[in-house]
Amino acid sequence: MSERLRANKFLFGNDGMKSPRNTKLALAIGAPVLALLAAFLITSLVLILAGDDVGGVWGQILSFPTHRGYVNIINSATVYYLSAVAVAIGFRMNLFNIGVDGQYRVAAFAAAVVAGEGWLPGYFNTALAMVAAVLVGAAWAGIAGLLRVTRGVSEVISTIMLNAIATALVAYLLRKAAVENPGSNITATKEVPEGSRIGGFTLFGDVPATVYGMVLLAVAVGFAYWFIINKTRFGFDLRATGASETAAVSSGINVKKMIIISMLLSGGAAGLVGLPLLFGNDYAYGSTFQSGLGFAGIAIALLGRNHPIGIALGALLFAFLDEQSNPLQILLDVSPDIVKITQGTIVLTVVIAYEVVRRYGVRIEQRRVSSALDDEPATEGASA
Amino acid sequence: MSVVTDAIAAAPAAAKKLSYGWVMIGLAALLVLFSALRVITGADDLASSGTLRATLVAAIPIGLAGLGGLWSERAGIVNIGLEGMMILGTFGAGYFGYFYGPWQGVVGAILLGAAGGLLHAVATVIFGVDHIVSGVAINIIALGAVQYLAALAFTGVPGGGQTQSPSIDKLPEFTVTALSDPLGDIEGKDWFVVSDVAAVLRALVTNLSILTVLCLLLFGLTFWLLWRTSFGLRLRSCGESPAAAESLGVNVIRYKFIAVLISGGLAGLGGGFLALVASSTFREGQTGGRGYIGLAAMIFGNWRPGGLLAGAGLFGYTDTLRLRGGGESIHGLLLLVAVALVLMAVWQIRKARKVAGAVTLGIGIVIGLWYFFSDSIPEDLTGMTPYVTTLLVLALFSQRLRMPAADGKPYRKGSAG
Amino acid sequence: MNSTITSQDIVVRLRDIGKTFPGVVANHDVNIDLRAGTVHAIVGENGAGKSTLMKILYGVQKPDSGTIEVNGKQVTLLSPADAIAAGVGMVFQHFMLADNLTVLENVVLGAEKMHGIGDGARKRIAEISKSYGLDLDPDVLVEDLGVGARQRVEILKVLYRGAKIIILDEPTSVLVPQEVDELFDNLRDLKAEGLAVIFISHKLDEVLSVADEVTVIRRGATIDTVDAKSVNSRQLAEMMVGSELPNPSTETSTVTDRVVLEVKDMNLPGPSRALLTDISLTIHAGEILGIAGVEGNGQAELVESIMGIRHGATGVVALGGRDLSHASTRDRREAGIGYIPEDRQRHGLLLDAPLWENRILGHQTREPNVNGPLIDRAAARKDTQRIIEEYDVRTPGIDVLARALSGGNQQKLIVGREMASDPVLLIASHPTRGVDVGAQAAIWSHIKRARRDGLAVLLISADLDELIGLSDTIRVILRGKLVGEFDPATVTPAMLGSAMTGADA
Repeated sequence: MSERLRANKFLFGNDGMKSPRNTKLALAIGAPVLALLAAFLITSLVLILAGDDVGGVWGQILSFPTHRGYVNIINSATVYYLSAVAVAIGFRMNLFNIGVDGQYRVAAFAAAVVAGEGWLPGYFNTALAMVAAVLVGAAWAGIAGLLRVTRGVSEVISTIMLNAIATALVAYLLRKAAVENPGSNITATKEVPEGSRIGGFTLFGDVPATVYGMVLLAVAVGFAYWFIINKTRFGFDLRATGASETAAVSSGINVKKMIIISMLLSGGAAGLVGLPLLFGNDYAYGSTFQSGLGFAGIAIALLGRNHPIGIALGALLFAFLDEQSNPLQILLDVSPDIVKITQGTIVLTVVIAYEVVRRYGVRIEQRRVSSALDDEPATEGASA
Repeated sequence: MSVVTDAIAAAPAAAKKLSYGWVMIGLAALLVLFSALRVITGADDLASSGTLRATLVAAIPIGLAGLGGLWSERAGIVNIGLEGMMILGTFGAGYFGYFYGPWQGVVGAILLGAAGGLLHAVATVIFGVDHIVSGVAINIIALGAVQYLAALAFTGVPGGGQTQSPSIDKLPEFTVTALSDPLGDIEGKDWFVVSDVAAVLRALVTNLSILTVLCLLLFGLTFWLLWRTSFGLRLRSCGESPAAAESLGVNVIRYKFIAVLISGGLAGLGGGFLALVASSTFREGQTGGRGYIGLAAMIFGNWRPGGLLAGAGLFGYTDTLRLRGGGESIHGLLLLVAVALVLMAVWQIRKARKVAGAVTLGIGIVIGLWYFFSDSIPEDLTGMTPYVTTLLVLALFSQRLRMPAADGKPYRKGSAG
Repeated sequence: MNSTITSQDIVVRLRDIGKTFPGVVANHDVNIDLRAGTVHAIVGENGAGKSTLMKILYGVQKPDSGTIEVNGKQVTLLSPADAIAAGVGMVFQHFMLADNLTVLENVVLGAEKMHGIGDGARKRIAEISKSYGLDLDPDVLVEDLGVGARQRVEILKVLYRGAKIIILDEPTSVLVPQEVDELFDNLRDLKAEGLAVIFISHKLDEVLSVADEVTVIRRGATIDTVDAKSVNSRQLAEMMVGSELPNPSTETSTVTDRVVLEVKDMNLPGPSRALLTDISLTIHAGEILGIAGVEGNGQAELVESIMGIRHGATGVVALGGRDLSHASTRDRREAGIGYIPEDRQRHGLLLDAPLWENRILGHQTREPNVNGPLIDRAAARKDTQRIIEEYDVRTPGIDVLARALSGGNQQKLIVGREMASDPVLLIASHPTRGVDVGAQAAIWSHIKRARRDGLAVLLISADLDELIGLSDTIRVILRGKLVGEFDPATVTPAMLGSAMTGADA
């Protein structure tokens, strides 16, 4: 799996020379734009084949959102963002944490139970629940890390299994922890006490919907991610291990330790994913708690190329597509699930586009190096 | 992606291949064990022919998904898009099954699954996309596509709706009456071992769908194609060492492509089986993660059809017990697992692998205590069985598993030498 | 010079072959005539373009220009299948075998139509195996075979397809001396049957002992073809390099009596036999200790055990009196060990990272790269610029990805980096392997300068001239044991050679 996602791990945070800098920038922006166009094209093709109103669908999706829509987009982007950062931490290390999906559900459940019990007053209770979420998420991911370093079990397979185990475990525990809720057939944990909930920001006076207070958490996590990965020794070790495990070992990095730590960090970040929902919207963990966020996170991390700003844009795009497609059923009798095709296709096209661009970039650079050193055409490397 | 990462895994022990004889002895031992278990624990449903028939129906979709994984991974392409391809298969069966007839449904399931395979092949083989990324994308796309298409196809159809098709006609079934009834009598006598043998045989001759039989044949066919023909040798060589294959003139891209297409078709057929045989409608969410269980069964079976079938049978069996006897039957199995783990711990400790032995022993004792201090396993937890089993197998036997050597590695033409 | 050989038929005629990769000319003006019933050696430095040329002849790469004639007919080889059909077979340097398939399966793959994949094939394999003395069981898994047997499987594959022209790419690099002898016996059998063998090597003594004709390649082009009987290895070497050989001549001894590295009773068990046995060695400040040995005799294990990369070795590793036996690799590096790994691309560099980040690699806890727990980007960049200037790394800038540099420049960057933190001990594994002559001379002079400043050096090399020229002491490693100690002032390559093969142990 050594080649995986290595492409341009180091690209960002790279000054570049004057003219190559522009080329690099153009390539970095060109790839996702191309990918989006391709995905829109493919989606349109599906719509045409199915006989749906293509123009109408895009007209609705690409229109300006309502005020309420803006709020919803920011809110769901917040949750997507946390999930994608959790995935990206693993990616940077060449670890494929497919298990964010399970990790955030186990963690959100634990947080909901802790917060629901209300052992501490007010925001202390919130903080305790957050700590619980991070610890549980980290522990759940840590199982995969431990299996990888002690038994050599691929984290891809173990996290797939752990996702399914999480589903069953949470269903079981939820039944135990559930409170009677007359008038509803939804099983859920105790509600978070009023004083421990996180209020929202009012963005528009004319709609009651508010932006999750936890959006600040997402911003902080994004900053911490950027800082740790790009500015610290630890981050360097992590990126170096992801770029070449063999070179990392020779440079004195304890790779096993790095695998455990980065799985714990990834799982800890995954633990935060459900919290904006828990403290800003649902106030309890129930059988209807939003699922599938982990897989969206994988897609968004790939789209945003593991870069904190790129991920933010990707999260907003996914949230935008979700929100704008909602009225399709009512307006045009088209299932809003059509945007899932778009979202899934983006994952493929964006990866292809980045790879094409990467190869092109490497070729340009090699040509530049050899033309800068026109004294001798190097012959070595030809046999590589 | 590899299931066992070379960098960290210890040197692989030269695992002896299981000979056919040992497999037979193992199966016989298993049967005796289950008879004993039935008698000791009193959980009669553990080995009734009804349970076994249901097991067969539950095992086949899992097995087909696993077989899809096997084809693809033997050619070196990891396929975690099996779940998505299965989902496509359920819809294919629902759509073509309802509008055109059940056999057309079978074909539709295969075709739609293969379409998912085509997408995976184009992404991984042609464009060199990471196999896991492509698989994740296909699972997202397939889910969205089926939800979108189902709403389009079945909304307003009598008996159907946005998320499900109307009832589909059944495929033909058959019973070998001459054998079925006498075997039923023997089974009813509750004789140790004998009745259990009768139950197994009776399950195989009573109310069988033709599709069940055809699907079972696919396992043998796969073995024959992959291990007994030159086509299979070439395909496997692409998963073991594509550079070697290319250097000998094998068109690696073509074989990988074919393998992934077949993989998708098999997973699609697995989905179709769910819609056509296991129930008789298409429903959204019908696969319930069986694509992943299939993947687990394939790993459990060490990337071989026989082992895969055993894995699918085991996982199908636990699934069946969950639905039939509920917690009590599975509870009986706990004892078996506990004893097996303790025996294994003893073996490990004798081989001077003290830490591993202690861990195994610990797990075994906990499960044993669980058996003695409880009466039943909650239904939610039994759903975990395939996944926990697979994790345990990976953790305990990872050194003995032998995945294709180049599985999951990107391949580009011209890499020979 | 080649007028002495005219009698046999020319089976392969290469004319004006050229091949360019982005930014690199791999081959140009290549002209070779290969005759039936001969062994034709192609020699050249690492990176001279030998392997690319052979891939062209085997259809793996397509030439940009030139013509290939096989048996008098011009052919276009677009794939190995075309080459096989034309009667060309190739044994790659890195074996092209699937470990988890049997010998039979590996052999018949791609040629199933000839004798099927069952008993017919099994019989044919037994026949070939017997008539050429290959001694192979068709039903054994390849992973259970040793290196020599795997190479014979490769040769069997080629013979099974009825190839009349066999290319062997660096076939001896992985073999122990006895296996080399066996291989050469096999080659003589092939020759006697009228087959033509192309033998690629940079080990000149081997070339002269087995080849009939020798073609020299330099910087991608053929220089000359000579009769093997009419040249000696010194002449060949000068043709390869194109000038008088740069000589890593020894200077006056700078060895002090201050012990820097002490290894005592190092033992490393392996799966079947011990990888290292009772290794004890001492290196003083200002001393270069050279380790000579046939590749695969424990050199890599010794280096990795001293670096703490490989676990499981017993015994003591002490640096300047400090016991590092249980220290991590990072601690050992911080204690003052610089490390030039054998495989620079896999172990020494992050290929997809810019040069200045590669400057940090291996030194991520030390000045000037870090400031507390943070990376000091500005200082690291500045120091990278210094290394590039002082060590003459040819690059347009420090933001270029390491992948884009040539091998020699990559290696100079590594040397500069490892010297930057003033190590007390430098472990240099094949420091000039695969680099151009200019970079080789530069790297030698850096090592010598550091030695004068009191650096202790452990030098592992397969290049005996390099070992003799640089070292103060040479020790020979054979099957994981140190078996002999030589004074470079008096030793000859021949003496080292026989010690390396155990001939005089």
